[in-house]
Amino acid sequence: MSVLAVAEQRDGVFRKVTYEALSEGKRLADGMGSDLVALVLGSNIENAAGELGKYGAERILVAEHEALAEYLTDQYTKVAAEAIAAENPEVVILGASTQGKDLSARLSARLGAPLAMECVAVRVENGNVVATRPMYGGKVIAEVALNGKPQMVAIRPNAMSIVETQGAGNVEKLAVDPGESVLQFVEKKLETGKVELTEADIVVSGGRGMGGSDYAVVEKLAELLGGAVGASRSAVDEGWRPHSDQVGQTGKVVSPNLYIACGISGAIQHLAGMSSSKVIVAINKDAEAPIFSKADYGIVGDLFEIVPVLTEEIAKVKG
Amino acid sequence: MEILVLLKQVPDTESIIMIGDDGRSIKTADLKWVINPYDEFAVEEALRIREAQGGKVTIVSVGTDKAVEAIRTALAMGADEGVLINDPAIAGIDGLATARILAAAVKQIPYDLIIAGMRAVDDDNFQVGSAVAELLEIPSVSMVIKEELDDGKIRCHRTIEGGIEVVEASLPALFTTQRGLNEPRYASLPGIMKAKKKPLETKTLVDIGLDASVAEQTTVNIVAMQPPPERKGGRIIEGETAQEKAAELARLLHEEAKVL
Ligand SMILES: Cc1cc2nc3c(=O)[nH]c(=O)nc-3n(C[C@H](O)[C@H](O)[C@H](O)COP(=O)(O)OP(=O)(O)OC[C@H]3O[C@@H](n4cnc5c(N)ncnc54)[C@H](O)[C@@H]3O)c2cc1C
Ligand SMILES: Nc1ncnc2c1ncn2[C@@H]1O[C@H](COP(=O)(O)O)[C@@H](O)[C@H]1O
Repeated sequence: MSVLAVAEQRDGVFRKVTYEALSEGKRLADGMGSDLVALVLGSNIENAAGELGKYGAERILVAEHEALAEYLTDQYTKVAAEAIAAENPEVVILGASTQGKDLSARLSARLGAPLAMECVAVRVENGNVVATRPMYGGKVIAEVALNGKPQMVAIRPNAMSIVETQGAGNVEKLAVDPGESVLQFVEKKLETGKVELTEADIVVSGGRGMGGSDYAVVEKLAELLGGAVGASRSAVDEGWRPHSDQVGQTGKVVSPNLYIACGISGAIQHLAGMSSSKVIVAINKDAEAPIFSKADYGIVGDLFEIVPVLTEEIAKVKG
Repeated sequence: MEILVLLKQVPDTESIIMIGDDGRSIKTADLKWVINPYDEFAVEEALRIREAQGGKVTIVSVGTDKAVEAIRTALAMGADEGVLINDPAIAGIDGLATARILAAAVKQIPYDLIIAGMRAVDDDNFQVGSAVAELLEIPSVSMVIKEELDDGKIRCHRTIEGGIEVVEASLPALFTTQRGLNEPRYASLPGIMKAKKKPLETKTLVDIGLDASVAEQTTVNIVAMQPPPERKGGRIIEGETAQEKAAELARLLHEEAKVL
């Protein structure tokens, strides 16, 4: 019996959600009286893989091949499916990142395995996984029971805590056959230094109240807080921010510790994407804006006056 | 180019969702239903490809009688034909069962390219598109914001954390849409008139070579639904000046909320 956590790395560096998946996987494995096994796919990753023992992995299966340097759906699916079939775990857990979503959807179809996407809590009842996951863009929280083997859960980034527990961490290299890919990787363009919205502990968002594409006040506050900048759909539609910054039912769902909404009215589609944040702050010049009814703290005022002084005051308390 | 669009009808994103008396489904009586926004991108992209290259756009949906409206809307936007798989056995099925039904339906239709949404905004499964491709054993690329077709190949720009990735697949292939791909057109009045005469075929599971057992293969079952924890409006921070308000907020975030 085992719980298998699929690790995700990019260019040899594990993503934060990997540690979340392992920690949660370890908790499930303990509850089931079984072991946590990690599976790592990539090229040149054997050295980095050993680190996963820190999060409770008893064994670390390393699927190393130069063809796996970049994520390609078909080769990753093939290699992961074969490793999972050989290991025969009860539960497969992985992060619901863009890669994890793509991989888990295809894996579930290949393995005929039940899949719960974007889970925010997971428990095992009588050997079956019951996963808690938002639906309708966060307007409903559902519990879904999975039936079958393996049962697959993709966890929402930032929703589960990272817990360090030392496992044996024995590295086992797998014999890997990625086959020929029908896909061709062309290139990857990354914005360096940008904090990913879905992984950020703090998000500062600007809406139509920003009045234009100059987000300097919001960016400065986000930078001081080590957070990410988000936007409402209106700001994105105006062309002030890229689509990848959109928070909401048809954008990204975020659940940071702190969400600061600047010049955002609080439309139902926006709220769907951020209302699971731990603490919400709203800054809006309209005292009647619906966002205030969801915010823990609100300031009524012009964001261009408030945000710069707030940045100074926060710098002071942070020391 | 034969293009298929997998299209689902969902409650409008404006909807307030209420949980039904059974505690594990939603109240549907007062909802307004629309094309899943991501599938609207799919329809638009399909139309643009057809306009550039010629061919046909067929809408494929699994749903109830009501879903006819959504298909008609897509036909009014300009799609050529619609297929609805409607069968009483289908109620309550999971994403994988839906994918199996769609894959079986798609096998009866010639295609070069299939476009799906990256997610349906009701169940938020992020699953069905890629799963259909897997069942059809064709390549898939998810979360695409730009595509270029050239010489039997499709080059897709897909969003990843912190950037984009460019991947190429040979046809036939499936890709799923991400916001940013395009701005869907509205159905024009002549479009709406024309749509009424366009072919829309309804099929049962038996018609696509399946039976009720495909629905019984559902292995993900909703056991409970709850509204998200109610957020109450908190404190409006008073103060004479921006400075005073900001200082008080900083203090509260640090000392009370402990998030700084
Ligand atoms: C299918 C569909 C999907 C959608 N998905 C999303 C989604 O994912 N995410 C999303 O955000 N929206 C989404 N929307 C749009 C949503 O309905 C709202 O239109 C949008 O969220 C409004 O953005 P906003 O709050 O920035 O703008 P507005 O509603 O125009 O609000 C601007 C606010 O800024 C305030 N303001 C103006 N100037 C200042 C100033 N100087 N200082 C302080 N405050 C100021 C105003 O008082 C106002 O409250 C969707 C809509 C549809 C139809
Ligand atoms: N019932 C359905 N009928 C047709 N297409 C569907 C159906 N369910 C899902 N899809 C397609 O799969 C995509 C992803 O849906 P989901 O996996 O449910 O989030 C949708 O955007 C549609 O393109």
